[in-house]
Amino acid sequence: MSVQIEQDRTDFEEVHPINAVAGGKRPDPPSAMASTMAFAHRALLRIKHVPEQMFDVTVFPIIFLLMFTYLFGGAIAGSTGEYLQFLLPGILVMTVSQITMYTGIDLNNDIRKGIFDRFRTLPIWLPSALIGALLVDVIRYSLASAIMIGLGLILGFRPEGGALGVVGAVLVILLFSFSFSWIWTAAGIIMRSEKSLMMVSFLVVFPLTFVSNVFVDPSTLPSWLQGFVNINPISILATAVRGLMHGNGTLEQVGWVVVVSAIFVVIFAPLTMYLYRRKE
Amino acid sequence: METRKREQANGLAVEAAGLVKVYGKERAVDGVDLAIPRGTVYGFLGPNGAGKTTTIRMLSTLIKPDGGTATIFGHDLKTESTAIKSRISLTGQYASIDEDLTGIENLVLISRLMGYTTKEAKRRAEELLSAFGLQQAAKRQVKKYSGGMRRRIDIAASIVVTPDLLFLDEPTTGLDPRSRNQVWEIVRALVGTGTTVLLTTQNLEEADQLADRIAVINRGKIIAEGTSSELKASVGTGTLTVQLLEAADQSKAASIIEQKLGVAVHVSTDGVTLSAQAKDSSIVAEALGELGKEKIGISDFSLGRPSLDEVFLTLTGQSASDHPTEEENS
Repeated sequence: MSVQIEQDRTDFEEVHPINAVAGGKRPDPPSAMASTMAFAHRALLRIKHVPEQMFDVTVFPIIFLLMFTYLFGGAIAGSTGEYLQFLLPGILVMTVSQITMYTGIDLNNDIRKGIFDRFRTLPIWLPSALIGALLVDVIRYSLASAIMIGLGLILGFRPEGGALGVVGAVLVILLFSFSFSWIWTAAGIIMRSEKSLMMVSFLVVFPLTFVSNVFVDPSTLPSWLQGFVNINPISILATAVRGLMHGNGTLEQVGWVVVVSAIFVVIFAPLTMYLYRRKE
Repeated sequence: METRKREQANGLAVEAAGLVKVYGKERAVDGVDLAIPRGTVYGFLGPNGAGKTTTIRMLSTLIKPDGGTATIFGHDLKTESTAIKSRISLTGQYASIDEDLTGIENLVLISRLMGYTTKEAKRRAEELLSAFGLQQAAKRQVKKYSGGMRRRIDIAASIVVTPDLLFLDEPTTGLDPRSRNQVWEIVRALVGTGTTVLLTTQNLEEADQLADRIAVINRGKIIAEGTSSELKASVGTGTLTVQLLEAADQSKAASIIEQKLGVAVHVSTDGVTLSAQAKDSSIVAEALGELGKEKIGISDFSLGRPSLDEVFLTLTGQSASDHPTEEENS
């Protein structure tokens, strides 16, 4: 009730539009860095105003880790403690890949509202609109990783690679996720609604994360499935992350993640920007 | 320097020839020519689906024309969109701001994207909020704003850097009269400082009030163009409007007026308002006398210059408001 009254009062403030006309020199268009930072700031403000969106990043990792450790631990590895050593790196990869569509979803919403049109008529380096948001996504991924690793340590996860190995593993995940996100920004422009985008991303990410080496050793699988599991980008990432965390990672494993990430960016970043400019 | 010379050579903000946009089989914009002088308000008037928004989206570089050419301040729309973007601003039909952010956060964001430093952006945002009567709402999320406030912050975001050409797509649709007057005041203030404004409206009064020149658009084509008075004059000297007491008398009254004036009578949807073009006032007096003889009660009558609604009716054979509403946006 009081809110309504307050709104009415503010609506009756006087306008003096002539005072709004900018005096002085027109500023030069912002640098790519400056506009990227402005968009990153926007994404941070959105987290502040819509904190519910952090639910996936905080609660999901906890639920996933507890659920899979205790559900499969005994059956697959004989004990939950032992399974955790194998599972945690993989399930971390799975959890983070499942939250890579945030910027795609926000973009999809921006298009249906008018703000997308405003951005496109600004004299800015357009990719900054997405890069700024994706950089803030990196904070989400880091937070999800920190929560999951923290809980893992409590449950008995003992990474043989030490702190350095764990940090290295998280960095590899961040690189992969940033690159993987460009698929969803491209899809976010094409899809008609947030719902259809969620559906498509689920259809892609769900099989990719399960039909991988996240939960089980691929050598137990039929050979035709092994072929897919081995080239699955999620498996490639999980292998590198596992290697780094347990101190037996190789440069080759990390190299493959870099290659896969580069392929995602090279294909989907230009595609996204092409669609972004051409959207009608 | 090159740019300035070109601009002096023709004092036009917008020049377009044969603009076409096709969606599937439908020609949403079908050969639009424009010559909009700098520092004026130009109104696109037409019903939903006429092609107004599509034309504005082409001119503001958002969508590519399928045919025709256009220049904005001498810059070619096809090849110089970056130069154009630094001089124009668009306020779309739907709020072009982030509704989850507060008013000041939105304006600081846009100011930074226009090239202000964070500190300057904050100062500029505060200046705009106070000029637009939004100071007290500065720290409230935009989704909690009233329609009028939303429209104001949207326009504020469009003039963070005063644009040379401002596109306003239906700036007052859905606003109460007071908010609408505030928007008109803003438009007039901007034009006073040299900004060219291109606005679309379905509201005939709005075009009449604000626009120096008006283009009437229907089915993707400009069917008439000129000042408000020119458009009205093209229709005839004046219009007789008669309001009946009883709707039951409608057909009888209509036939009397039709006979006396010798032109078709338009009956409004309310059933009691009749209007017809009149050549001179003596015939009008005769017609009214005849109605009195037939004991047809009249609550009001007027003889005046035609309204833009009548202009539209004459030009298209259909009333602007009777036109079927369809979603124009792609």
